[in-house]
Amino acid sequence: MAKVFIPVPWRDLTGGTAEVRLDGDTLQQITAALEARFSGIAACLLEEGRIASGLAVSIDGAITSRGLLTPVRPDSEIHFLPAIGGG
Amino acid sequence: MASSTGKKKQYKVIGTRPIRHDGADKVTGRAIYGADFRLTGMVHGKILRSPHAHARIKSIDTSAAEKLPGVLAVATAADFPNLKDKIANLGEGSVNLAHLGANVLAHGKALYKGHAVAAVAAANPHVADEALKLIQVEYEVLKPVLWVLDAMRDDAPLLHENVHTNSMGKKSAKPSNVATHIHFETGQVDQAFAKADVVVEREFKTASVHQGYIEPHVSTALWNEDGHLTIWTSTQGSFTARQQTAELLQIPVSQVTVVPCEIGGGFGGKIAVYLEPVAAVLSRKCGRPVKMVMNRDEVFEGTGPTPGSFMRVKLGATKDGKIVAGEAWLAYDAGAFPGGMIGPGCMCVFSCYEFPNARVDGYDVLANKPKTQAYRAPGATQAAFACESVIDELAEKLGLDPIEFRLKNAAKEGTRRVDGPVYPRVGFIETLQAAQASDHWKTPLEGKHRGRGIASGYWFNIGLKSSASAHVNPDGTVSLVEGSTDIGGTRTSVAMQLAETLGITAEEVKPRVADTDGVGYTDVTGGSRVTFATGLAAYHVGLDIQRQMAERAALLWKCDAAKVECNDGVYQCNGKSITFRELAGKLGETGGPVVGRAAVDPEGPTNGFGTHLVDVEVDPETAKVTILRYTAIQDAGQAIHPSYVEGQMQGGAVQGIGWALNEEYVFDDAGRMQNASYLDYRMPTALDVPMIDTIIVEVPNPAHPYGVRGVGETPIVAPPAAIANAIYRATGVRMGELPMSPPRLWAAMRSG
Repeated sequence: MAKVFIPVPWRDLTGGTAEVRLDGDTLQQITAALEARFSGIAACLLEEGRIASGLAVSIDGAITSRGLLTPVRPDSEIHFLPAIGGG
Repeated sequence: MASSTGKKKQYKVIGTRPIRHDGADKVTGRAIYGADFRLTGMVHGKILRSPHAHARIKSIDTSAAEKLPGVLAVATAADFPNLKDKIANLGEGSVNLAHLGANVLAHGKALYKGHAVAAVAAANPHVADEALKLIQVEYEVLKPVLWVLDAMRDDAPLLHENVHTNSMGKKSAKPSNVATHIHFETGQVDQAFAKADVVVEREFKTASVHQGYIEPHVSTALWNEDGHLTIWTSTQGSFTARQQTAELLQIPVSQVTVVPCEIGGGFGGKIAVYLEPVAAVLSRKCGRPVKMVMNRDEVFEGTGPTPGSFMRVKLGATKDGKIVAGEAWLAYDAGAFPGGMIGPGCMCVFSCYEFPNARVDGYDVLANKPKTQAYRAPGATQAAFACESVIDELAEKLGLDPIEFRLKNAAKEGTRRVDGPVYPRVGFIETLQAAQASDHWKTPLEGKHRGRGIASGYWFNIGLKSSASAHVNPDGTVSLVEGSTDIGGTRTSVAMQLAETLGITAEEVKPRVADTDGVGYTDVTGGSRVTFATGLAAYHVGLDIQRQMAERAALLWKCDAAKVECNDGVYQCNGKSITFRELAGKLGETGGPVVGRAAVDPEGPTNGFGTHLVDVEVDPETAKVTILRYTAIQDAGQAIHPSYVEGQMQGGAVQGIGWALNEEYVFDDAGRMQNASYLDYRMPTALDVPMIDTIIVEVPNPAHPYGVRGVGETPIVAPPAAIANAIYRATGVRMGELPMSPPRLWAAMRSG
């Protein structure tokens, strides 16, 4: 099961839980499982069915640009972060 | 000088220093920049800008300007589609189109002095200037707010009624100038501080500074009679410029071609569009090509600087020199619209070290200043100034050598950043070791009023999308087409990777940067990504060509293509061999042209670490700081063209020196910039800095076939902190504010 880290601002929705293990082959399945477990997170995470603007998802240290279709491995580590650019 | 680690791969092209492919055009002045570009029938556009930092626009009367002989078109926000809060994904980040549009031409409110309000196209620039004076704008002047902490107050003037604080997707009930709140936390922070033997807490301020690219913004647009829009422009990303323009005008991207001209610097400031959509609308209205060129004051006042900031950093360590806790509170101004650099600031502030317990709070704050834009490692330099100053003070209080203290706590493979992700193989420790072994560090600094400082810095470096194609010419050369505008010599660094892959020389590859119809989608030249990601595309183009060339050799030899081997550009099978060049001459008889192509989307970061050493002398009478010696050390992964890597390190260091010592936006109380020219905005010149020495460390990036990491941004991160630490050793004064200009340092020295 993938290890999903919960950002501090969402922890009121998880009762303080900072990380959870979730099943899913794609980021879409992971976010669905997250919402099923902690209602309200999808509203923070998604915008018009996509990862919300201003957010980025790090899977195993790489910032994915493939959105919800990104494959997730059973031992993956997932973080939700502010989006970054560069100069 | 380059120092390597571990067993290195042997390359023939990579690591050499060929003459850049565009060198002759650049040094003879033949390269075509935006200002050089002309079209038959071309007219000239100019922008009317707000004289007020904060004002409601009650009306705009353009009738007198329209009647002036020689005026062909006048445009205001009313000529643009009314965009709602639609988010456009630009590859490297996203943008709120309503905000982008309102920045291009003000909608209802002017939010900073210099904010574009209207535009004119006329037969020549002088008539356009006259026409601007005839446009009547009725303003209701509002109170501006400029300083980030003032803007956060509940009673501060509100810039936008519809901006609510976004905290990772959660929005505040009340509108606020605080557009974003970021919070990271790991471990038990308060308990760890309670157990620390030494705790240091300091506050820091930094001023807004501009990227200072030498070439002002310039765009020419032609809205043709067939409805197709072509834009020739100076941009870091032709595809991003195309998408922004198409979105703002609500036309399909296929209706827009963006042709990137040569670019005289960007550093993050030429990603957002300013002139492109305005020139397009003027061209549509008058039926002529419209060229628009900013003056230097327009660049300062109308385009994006990097945020001014207020920061508080607290670190705790044990007597044996282990950091046990960190806390950072960062507030960066975003300028007039949300989307500043606070995210990366928060993610970078503690990124050089292992922090078992840490808390970071960051705020993106609206203020009546130009909308901030990226500037070389956006957000990281401010954060490093704060953190690395406190690191230095902590080391001193612990009685530890500053490099030894950093080595004890340095981030390495397996270190978890405070924001969560874990580093793969990185080269921070190697940069510290190279600093320790350097002639600079080992040579004592002697003399009065002199001091030596050290600081380190981190920047992510990104991946993103790149496309490239190439075809083999009959003479054995290869023509490469790529979509990355060349700012730092990337034509050559990308061409070298293709050459290495094919076993030919760098000179035998002929690179060309294509427009948006000439190559597949390619993200911006930014984020230190081109040599990494477009280089990766070139590598895959090389593999594609190599496979096809092997098939041609197999056809000649009537053997199985899978059995054809290729080494250093020589194809062999069953005792027969043929060089790449010889085989290229036989393409016509073996099936025709060979064309290779590739599109990649590598997922960064490539993790760039650097450590800088600086010696300064401070004049005790005037507090002027002279840089005596400077050494920049950086992990480049694998330096493709070492001269370009050194150039990036030197350029970044000098920009950081300017940020540290002199550069700042000076505003009056009404929010008017007082120094919008290079006479008064003090950038370093060649007379202000010594030769910047460089040491390239090479810890190959495991995520790239040639080990490339980005290099362009990291070198600007460490300089302000390194110089502040040097000034402390020269004067005994710890500076908490940038720039450390003579008046500011003089006052600090006098107050003790």
